[in-house]
Amino acid sequence: MGEVKSLADLRKIKEDLRAKMSLRENSNNPESLVQIKVAMATCGIASGAKQVMDFFIEELEKRNIQAVVTQTGCMGYCFAEPTVEVTLPGKDPVVYGYVDAAKADNIIEKYIKNGELVDGIIPVNYETIEKN
Amino acid sequence: MHVLVCGGTGCHASESEALLENLKTIITDKGLDNEVQVIATGCFGFCEKGPIVKIMPDNTFYTQVTPADAREIIEEHLVKGRKVNRLLYVDPENKEQIADSKHMGFYKKQLRIALRNCGFIDPENIDEYIARDGYEALAKCLTEMTPQQVTEIMKKSGLRGRGGGGFPTGLKWEITSKSVSDIKYVVCNADEGDPGAFMDRSILEGDPHSVIEAMAICGYCIGASNGLVYIRAEYPLAIDRLKTAIAQARNYGLLGNDIMGTGFSFDIELRYGAGAFVCGEETALIHSMEGLRGEPTVKPPFPSVSGYYGKPTNVNNVETFANVPVIINKGADWFASIGTEKSKGTKVFALAGKINNVGLIEVPMGTTLREVIYEIGGGIKDGKKFKAVQTGGPSGGCLTEKHLDSPIDYDNLIAAGSMMGSGGMIVMDEDDCMVSIAKFYLDFTVEESCGKCAPCRIGNKRLYEILDKLTQGNGTREDIDSLRNLGNVIKDTALCGLGQTSPNPVLSTIENFWDEYIEHVTEKKCRSGQCKSLLQYVIDAENCVGCTACARNCPVNAISGERKGIHVIDQATCIKCGACLEKCKFNAVLIK
Repeated sequence: MGEVKSLADLRKIKEDLRAKMSLRENSNNPESLVQIKVAMATCGIASGAKQVMDFFIEELEKRNIQAVVTQTGCMGYCFAEPTVEVTLPGKDPVVYGYVDAAKADNIIEKYIKNGELVDGIIPVNYETIEKN
Repeated sequence: MHVLVCGGTGCHASESEALLENLKTIITDKGLDNEVQVIATGCFGFCEKGPIVKIMPDNTFYTQVTPADAREIIEEHLVKGRKVNRLLYVDPENKEQIADSKHMGFYKKQLRIALRNCGFIDPENIDEYIARDGYEALAKCLTEMTPQQVTEIMKKSGLRGRGGGGFPTGLKWEITSKSVSDIKYVVCNADEGDPGAFMDRSILEGDPHSVIEAMAICGYCIGASNGLVYIRAEYPLAIDRLKTAIAQARNYGLLGNDIMGTGFSFDIELRYGAGAFVCGEETALIHSMEGLRGEPTVKPPFPSVSGYYGKPTNVNNVETFANVPVIINKGADWFASIGTEKSKGTKVFALAGKINNVGLIEVPMGTTLREVIYEIGGGIKDGKKFKAVQTGGPSGGCLTEKHLDSPIDYDNLIAAGSMMGSGGMIVMDEDDCMVSIAKFYLDFTVEESCGKCAPCRIGNKRLYEILDKLTQGNGTREDIDSLRNLGNVIKDTALCGLGQTSPNPVLSTIENFWDEYIEHVTEKKCRSGQCKSLLQYVIDAENCVGCTACARNCPVNAISGERKGIHVIDQATCIKCGACLEKCKFNAVLIK
């Protein structure tokens, strides 16, 4: 993407990007992608988030599941690191805490493949400015 | 369908495990296990009304559910589709039952402004930031507003410095903008040094662009085209992400020369600190950036008049900056509607210590400590009793039970003998000795004092020595008075913020835990058993079987006694290592 030249320019870029993101986020289309965000701040990485992220990337590919695995910052649940947010197409995001390779495997097999929740969900207890 | 049962510590203590088992058994018995899944979750943070059960996908929220309620929930709700009204949460204000947890006031306790993107976007992808209104505030400022208008919005919003001092941000910008100079600087203070505080690090790691955008806005307001981030070298990941973000912003033309064709130029460089606490003080920080020793100088002149290399410099903290783009986008009135009369907006706190949900939270100013600790933080670990919470780091003080219900804002915390600080909250329970806590913080200040002024260099050392004497059991009643006198003198005479606030942990613990200090000097007793020298190991004659295990393991041969006879510890020789306690299989060694 080129340089941002004006406010109108920026808004156009934003709309394009939004459209792309909402396609990922809100689509009810079952073929659209599974989204996985791994909290990769110092607290997460220290508890093994990097290995968990690698595991997701490798295993999802091996098991032929279309998914986007991205990193993000601290979700605030430092007591339960590594934390991972999984969003299935058309569903609300679910946050899992204390994720290691075994649990990540469980999340892929049970939640991502069959929509069955797995133990260890962290209930989200905040609002962001969007809802205000 | 999913049935979520809270498996947090609080709910666990109120039989959530038995409830979980009951639900599972009954569901299997009824042959529903193909359609319904029972799941244990982490803490909902609503421990007061535990155990919590949530039914998905209709979001029904049941509170105080006993194991006996399992059958009713399954037969009524799951089979017949009727909610069990008596278990629904009742709004304490209007007494109405609330079925959908989305409408519960509890979930409105946390509001994320500074942390809006943390844990949501990929911090290394500028596109995700732009998609969430990123750089729109900067664009608006540059193309539609004059610097004066932007400063006016900041003043009207009531935003105050989040680094701890609480100086009005808009006013600071205005003062710096009025200083006349060819070169001015915008500095971001990312030298987070309070023990147990990590909010600035998390913002830089999770949302670096918000800080970059805000620094550029600040540059536009005060007439600066140079930005500097002073960050401690011990934050390698934050540095990495910040560098990536700056490079991306340059690529997009959002930093650099002639931003968006408006003629405004701004760029940011990093300056690394070696992790000295005093360098969070703005004059010391500036000296450190100039390559000098990180020592503070007397204000005035304030940095807004003469700062980095003698040029007007505006220093703001990371969290302060993170609030700026939102204020520009949503307006000063919106921001000023959140919080208390004199403290607007939200504050990020890092919860640490003896609390269940250690982590980062962001609450509107005016939230009470009770809400933060019990409802968001999930209460005290292992069901122990709350004793105190330390806010403001080594410059702050301890707040106790009597402060639990007072709203948190800058002025209330100062009135209670503590301060906001950068937002670390260390929670202590009944096992913590307040004299030792005061000693811990003094140890930190003595280590971190730059040594420039006598009150801080010598005074704090003496404070530490007296506290040490108390914990060794050699203190006297007069020592407590000396602590008070000396503490007050240091507060009045030290050069910078570090020295002026360093006696706070001592003074506030003396104030709030007078009895405990008195016990240490008169009875030579430490009620929480932390001060080893004040402990006595004794052998309980009733339980001692004379196995000789303690005597054989005592490194100083302080234990005597015949085989199969009762053993005795010689207190004069005992070094209180605890080896006897560890080796005794008959619970005969006691701590007094």
